Order: sequence, then structure tokens, then C-alpha cells
Amino acid sequence: MSAVENAAPLAPPRAPSALAAVKRHPLAAVAALVLAAIVVAAVFAPWVGTVDPTALAPARRLAAASAEHWLGTDHLGRDVWSRMVYGARVSVTVGVAVAVLSIVVGLFVGLFTGFIRWLDPIVMRIMDGLMAIPGILLAIALVSVSGASMVTVIFAITVPEVPRVVRLVRSVVLSVREEPYVEAAVSVGTPLPLILWRHVVPNCVPPLIVQATYITASAMLTEAILSFLGAGTPPIIPSWGNMVAEARLLFQIAPWNLLFPGIALAVTILAVNVLGDALRDRLDPKLAKRVGR
Amino acid sequence: MPFLIIQRLLSTIPVLLVVAVVVFLMLRVSGDPAAILAGDTATSEQIEAVRVALGLDRPVWEQFLGWIVQVLRGDLGESLFTGLPVTTLIGQRIEPTAMLALTTIVFSVLVAVPLGVLAAWRANTWVDRAVMVFAVLGFSVPVFVLGYFLMYAFSISLRWLPVQGYTSPFVDFGAFLRQIILPTLTLSCIYIALIARITRASVMEVLNEDYIRTARAKGQIERIVLFRHALKNAAVPIVTVIGLGVALLIGGVVVTESVFNIPGLGRLVVDAITRRDYPIIQGLILFFAFIYVMLNLMIDLTYAALDPRIRY
Repeated sequence: MSAVENAAPLAPPRAPSALAAVKRHPLAAVAALVLAAIVVAAVFAPWVGTVDPTALAPARRLAAASAEHWLGTDHLGRDVWSRMVYGARVSVTVGVAVAVLSIVVGLFVGLFTGFIRWLDPIVMRIMDGLMAIPGILLAIALVSVSGASMVTVIFAITVPEVPRVVRLVRSVVLSVREEPYVEAAVSVGTPLPLILWRHVVPNCVPPLIVQATYITASAMLTEAILSFLGAGTPPIIPSWGNMVAEARLLFQIAPWNLLFPGIALAVTILAVNVLGDALRDRLDPKLAKRVGR
Repeated sequence: MPFLIIQRLLSTIPVLLVVAVVVFLMLRVSGDPAAILAGDTATSEQIEAVRVALGLDRPVWEQFLGWIVQVLRGDLGESLFTGLPVTTLIGQRIEPTAMLALTTIVFSVLVAVPLGVLAAWRANTWVDRAVMVFAVLGFSVPVFVLGYFLMYAFSISLRWLPVQGYTSPFVDFGAFLRQIILPTLTLSCIYIALIARITRASVMEVLNEDYIRTARAKGQIERIVLFRHALKNAAVPIVTVIGLGVALLIGGVVVTESVFNIPGLGRLVVDAITRRDYPIIQGLILFFAFIYVMLNLMIDLTYAALDPRIRY
């Protein structure tokens, strides 16, 4: 190997331009565009060709797609396109809220669990217990005891996600804890919260960003499943899960009413997952092994 | 080995205890348990009667001890709607769920493991990429969307398979097979994605080992190199994920049974939601968590058999 070739990797890595990123991950760029479109539609729902998503028109039940009703109408004559756009609001809200909440709680618990030795076995047994309960059943139970509302749904989906974040943060803390710079900080008497904030949290950020995308996808999926089973978003609010749940009774007559929200859900979750995989390759190649996916 | 089994068995106790505490507290922190257990239509006298009958007027720790003893005796309480013991209801509904879980696990492993090995063997080719794209898709398509899609394609359009329902294999095996195909395909998708992904990753790692090169160098048939030398050494993480994935499967069962109208435990949950029959939900959580923990314990104990390097 020549000296020139040897020298090449020593050059400081340049921050890649946006264009280069798109070229390397064309699929991720498409996913990001799709997600941006969905978020824009959700935010500006009243201005993207929609009518009142709850307006009933019994005379126009199960109409086919037309200029007036882009995707036809459902069994109560409501406009399917409008319901889908407003339904995006529910999915986006739940996905983002659950991701933020579970990351914040999981980060907090994981940091202290990893650093305080007597706390570790106790907290980890609690997390093992929580993980032993199938997430959907735990969410169903939480919603059924406290009544269906958006807040309950978000809380119920967050609880089963937290243990995964705690485990991830703890694994980072355990590996960072033995690093010389952390030992140095401990030896000069830096208070624990400051050590955690200054030396440990920055190491958690890349894997947590990746994890947040997976949590968003899984939260959207769980919200839809809960709504589908009748233990989720209140039926008055148009959500993709509710639309599927309502359309199933007439599935054999009007399958498109079920397939449209179903496809919207699948495309959104797919886009989030593709973006997550691209972020993982970029930010944290080791994550795949740590979380086993 | 017997010592190991006892030690592992003991280690499940704290986990199950946490599950019990969570289930117990859930009912108490979110409002008045007597009101929830008495149902939506109960009068205030009925609520008071429930409170006294269940001892909800006693201190919390006393309630918990009483409840734990009851659960350990195998008593999961009674359904509010039918008055039948939850254990009886579980017994009535367990067969379809067990059958669906069995067909799904067998089918998924038979498809996913060879797919994962293939992807690892042909890493970074179109075969590999196709398998990985399928894996991402499998994680993304909601169970019910896939279920209705398959139902639309194979039952309604093509009329090849029955739309829904369940027949016990002990009654009519042919009908059982025809009805279980679509639910199995539906439920398998996410599970196949999970197992294929981990199989690919762990086989790929093993393929770099010296003994693989040795096996190839001595002219061993490639198929045997892959499935005997590589897969056997990659087995531990794969088997672990098969066990952990059962949690996904349980969530999926609830939805799949609902889509295909299968009268199993999942439908029991859904019916309990609509009737706000809390004791059933509570009992099923304990039941599923117990199955999950025991299954993973059993898998834990097979590690030594799978990989002789592991000695406890």
C-alpha cells in the first residue's frame, strides 16, 4: 500500500452535503419526502381539498370516487379523503408524542439505573416484568380501566415502550462508565447529574434518535390496532384504525373503504421504518446488534 | 443441570411478581376498582357490595396478599358478564389460539431461517436486498391490513379459501387446514421478518469464521457448510429471537383472530373490551405473561444443548 493511500483515511471526514446523502440513500430520501407530505397534510388538513370529516350524508352512502369525493364516501356518507387526511393527524400526534415521552422517561431512568449500582438490579427486574407483558395487551388493559381518550391512548402505548429505551440507555451508560474521561470526572468530584449530562447523554443521542423512529412506527401501529379493536382513539375522532374498524362490517361490499386507510397506515409506517434504517446505518451501526433487529 | 433448572426457575419469580404487581396496581391507580369491577350499569349499592365482597375496603397490602394467594391457587376471578371463572373461559378458548400460534411458528421458522441463510450467503446481492426489503415490509404492514388484503384476494376475488371461521383439526382436518391458511400467513409476516433479519445477521457473522473456511477448503458441499457448520453456530441468537418474538405474536393473535373471526383467546380479549369485562383482561395478561416467561425459560435452557461451548 502506498503512502498516499495510507494518508487518505486520516483526512478529517467532511460533512456530506444534502445531495450526497440523497444519492447514497435514495430510498430514505423518498421516505423522508413521503413523511413530509403526510405531516404537511396533517397540519394543513382543512386546506387540502377536505370537507368536514364528520359530516354525515346518508343519501350518498358508499359512493364511488368522484370529483366531489376523491376517494368516495363511507357507510354514513362521510368523505373518505377528508377522514384520511384528518386521520393522519391522529397517527402523527400519537407517533411523535409516544416517541418523545418514552425517550424522555427511558433516558432519565436508564441514566440513573446504569450509574447507581444498587438501583440497577431493582429497576431492571421491573423492566423485565413490564417486557413480559405483551405490549398490546398492556395498552388494552390501561385504556379499558381509564377510558378511551387521546391522552390515555398515548400513555398506554408509552408504558410498554419505556423498558426498551431504558435497556438501550443502560447499555450505553455501562460502556461509557468505564471510560477514562468519566473516571476523571468522578475523581475530581463532579456531581453525578453533571457527569450524566455532559459525558453520558451525548453518547446516548445517536442510538436514541434511531430508536425514536422505530418507536414512532410501532406507536402508530399500536394506535391503529387499539382503535381497530375498539380500545383506542374515541370513535368520534377520525383515525385510520377507526376507519378500518368501521369499514370491516361492509368489507365484502366496499373493500376500498378499508384498504385506503390501511394502505395509508402501511405507507406511513414503512416510510418511518426505512428512514430509521438509514439513520441507523449512518449514526449507529452497532445498534442493530444491541437491540436485536 | 438440575441445579441450573432450579436457579432459572427461581429467577422467573421476580419477573412474574412484577407482572402481578403491575396488573394489581393498574386497576387501583386508575380510579375506583369496585366501580370498574361492578361494570358500567352498576348502582352505588352494587358497587358497595362488590367492595365488601372483594375486600377492597381493607388495606392495599392485605388485598394484594389475598389476591396473590388466590392467583397462585389458580383462581383468576370471574367474568362480570357471564359469571364464569376466567380459567374456565381460557380453557374453552385456548385451542384455536394454540393451533394458530403453532402453525404460525412452524411456518415462520421454515420460511424465515432458509431465507435468512440465503440472504447471508448471497450478502449484498439482489437476493439479499429482496429479503431485507421483505423484512422491512413485514415490520410495516399492519396485521389487519394484511389480513383483509389476503382475504380480499384469496377468499372474495379468487374464492379459493373460506372467508373466515375456525374448525378444530380433531373434528375436520381438511376444513381446519383451509381455514387456518390465511390467518397463519397474516400472522407469520411480521414474525418471518424478525427471524429472517436476525438469521441473516448471525449467519453472516459466523461465515467469516476460520472453521467455515476450513470446511470449504476441504471441499465440503456448500449446503452442508451453510446449514451444518454455519447455521448450527448461529443458532443461539436465532432461537432467542424466536422466543422474544412470541410477544409480538400474542399482540398479532388478538388482531388476527378478530379479522378472521376465530373464537380463541384473542376474541375473548376483544369481547371483554366491548363489555368492559376487566377480570378477563386481567386474567389473560397474567396468563400470557406466564406463558411468555416460561417459554423463554425453556429456550434459555436449550442454549447448552444448542451450543456445547455454553456451560453454566
